[in-house]
Amino acid sequence: MSSSKTENRRPDVQERGFVRPLAIWRRNVRVWRKLMWPSILGNFGEPLLYLLAFGYGFGRLVGAIDEMPYMVFLASGIVCSNAMTTASFESMYSAFTRMTQQLTWGSMLDAPLTVDDIVTGEIVWSATKSVMSGTAILLVAVVLGLVGGWQAILVLPMILLMGLCFGACAMVVTAVSPSYDFFLYYFTLVMTPMVLLSGVFFPLDQLPSLVGQFAFLLPLAHGVEIVRPLMTGGWPDTVFLHLLVIAGYGLAGWVLSIRILRKRLAS
Amino acid sequence: MLDVPTEAVMDTVVVRATGLCKRYGETEAVRGVDLEIRAGECFGLLGPNGAGKTTLLRMILGLAEPTAGSLQVLGHPIPGEARRARERIGVVPQLDNLDPDFTVRENLVTYASYFGLKPADVAARIEDLLAFARLEGRADAAITALSGGMKRRLSLARALINNPELVVLDEPSTGLDPQARQHIWQRLFGLLNSGRTLILTTHYMEEAERLCDRLAIVDAGRIVACDTPRALVAENIEPHVFELRGSDTRKWQQRGADLASRAEQVGDTLLLYARDPEPLHRALRAEPDLRYWHRPSSLEDVFLKLTGRDLRD
Ligand SMILES: Nc1ncnc2c1ncn2[C@@H]1O[C@H](COP(=O)(O)OP(=O)(O)OP(=O)(O)O)[C@@H](O)[C@H]1O
Ligand SMILES: [Mg+2]
Repeated sequence: MSSSKTENRRPDVQERGFVRPLAIWRRNVRVWRKLMWPSILGNFGEPLLYLLAFGYGFGRLVGAIDEMPYMVFLASGIVCSNAMTTASFESMYSAFTRMTQQLTWGSMLDAPLTVDDIVTGEIVWSATKSVMSGTAILLVAVVLGLVGGWQAILVLPMILLMGLCFGACAMVVTAVSPSYDFFLYYFTLVMTPMVLLSGVFFPLDQLPSLVGQFAFLLPLAHGVEIVRPLMTGGWPDTVFLHLLVIAGYGLAGWVLSIRILRKRLAS
Repeated sequence: MLDVPTEAVMDTVVVRATGLCKRYGETEAVRGVDLEIRAGECFGLLGPNGAGKTTLLRMILGLAEPTAGSLQVLGHPIPGEARRARERIGVVPQLDNLDPDFTVRENLVTYASYFGLKPADVAARIEDLLAFARLEGRADAAITALSGGMKRRLSLARALINNPELVVLDEPSTGLDPQARQHIWQRLFGLLNSGRTLILTTHYMEEAERLCDRLAIVDAGRIVACDTPRALVAENIEPHVFELRGSDTRKWQQRGADLASRAEQVGDTLLLYARDPEPLHRALRAEPDLRYWHRPSSLEDVFLKLTGRDLRD
């Protein structure tokens, strides 16, 4: 080999644990950039189709909800449910592929990264994808005139928070999953009921009150409670409690998935 | 040559393990291993399938937590400071885990980023490593377009991205053709000449014999012998082997055993081990119809003697 003098600095930042997950996040960004355009097209196309088809088709039948056109009602719901599904998909199928099929996580562990770094980086990436597709939906909603005020911009940090929360919860499923089929349980038993019960497609007060109360044990309903007023030009009540529930689920998912994956990958 | 490691670790112990055990449920993968690997040497782990070689390496890397025993690598207690130790170690895993989402060059850049090394910091080094792996022309190829040999070479190059003092290789040449194996061996010699320490596992006797300064023969989670390849042969087995094949080997079992120091029947082959070959030679030559083969004993004989001839797994 030639004798080029490449310095081998071992940066001090490596010691600062919160920087290392960024390496995993950046890796995923670089992969995403390779297929960026179809991905962006999908981000815009899907909510556009959804809102137009559902909003016009369904909205005709439903009319207005609480003096709100159905499309307006639906847009804020879809922002929330999309944040959930996008982050969950990424934390389950994509992360599971990197863990078991591509052995990408194995190569990260051979390098000086830890299970904690990987889980954290992947969850932040899942949330990033939520924000990317959530931004697209928000823009589509603005263009279609479904947004009621400037405060809709505050929906973006909410999408980030929900992305972190659902990305972390789905990571727990990935951590215990023996195969891809396992994710169907989470979809049918947890995510689908949660979308139906959380006021995404119809208001919660249409449901029996016990069911409505149950919905508030889950994080999605709390997201909807904040996002819907923000998108329609109003302000949410009891913000703190809603944020607390979402953050609590996220934190629990993060800690739990790290614990399980430490056992699974490095014990 | 590649740069000499920054921290001089000559004449020191790179890996020190005492009483190392690893249990997976009912399976005792490693049961009581004592090990001292010195700086600058090539240390080999030779053992049948399931002997515990990979588990031992994973413990050294801090990726498997020992059930019992203590472990120090490059001065770091493991698993306590495993991440710090891995900053100074290069790893070639048993199964290639190159990133299929990236090209050859991107793989090196991405892997460097896991060490906190920026693309600009490693740009020159990556060109060196591509040349080292003879993949200059393939820098922009997808991983899926590489042959098994190319992947292995890239894995080795990738393991050197952090200029490691210790390189851990789990079966570096399994599944490679002779050319690719020769290439890998030459590269490993180069690494040794530049002062690095190597730990490798292998199933190939000639690889162990040629590359390793010292060898540990591992069986069922234990080290059953540990020495230089020559000393292992000298101390564990008679220098001459006669292999007799055919139907009348049975008759030779008794006579052979008298003339040799040890006899062993394997299928329809009779193996006679002798310190002094002359009496056996004379007796065998007296029977012109007998088919036999006289050869010096080898590491493989030692290996089979110490680990038995039964199939594993
Ligand atoms: N994560 C694990 N969970 C359960 N058992 C394991 C695990 N890893 C290894 N084992 C068991 O430990 C034993 C040693 O396995 P190991 O992979 O270390 O062997 P090896 O010497 O590397 O074998 P080979 O030459 O086939 O690679 C085997 O019986 C294996 O089944
Ligand atoms: Mg192995």
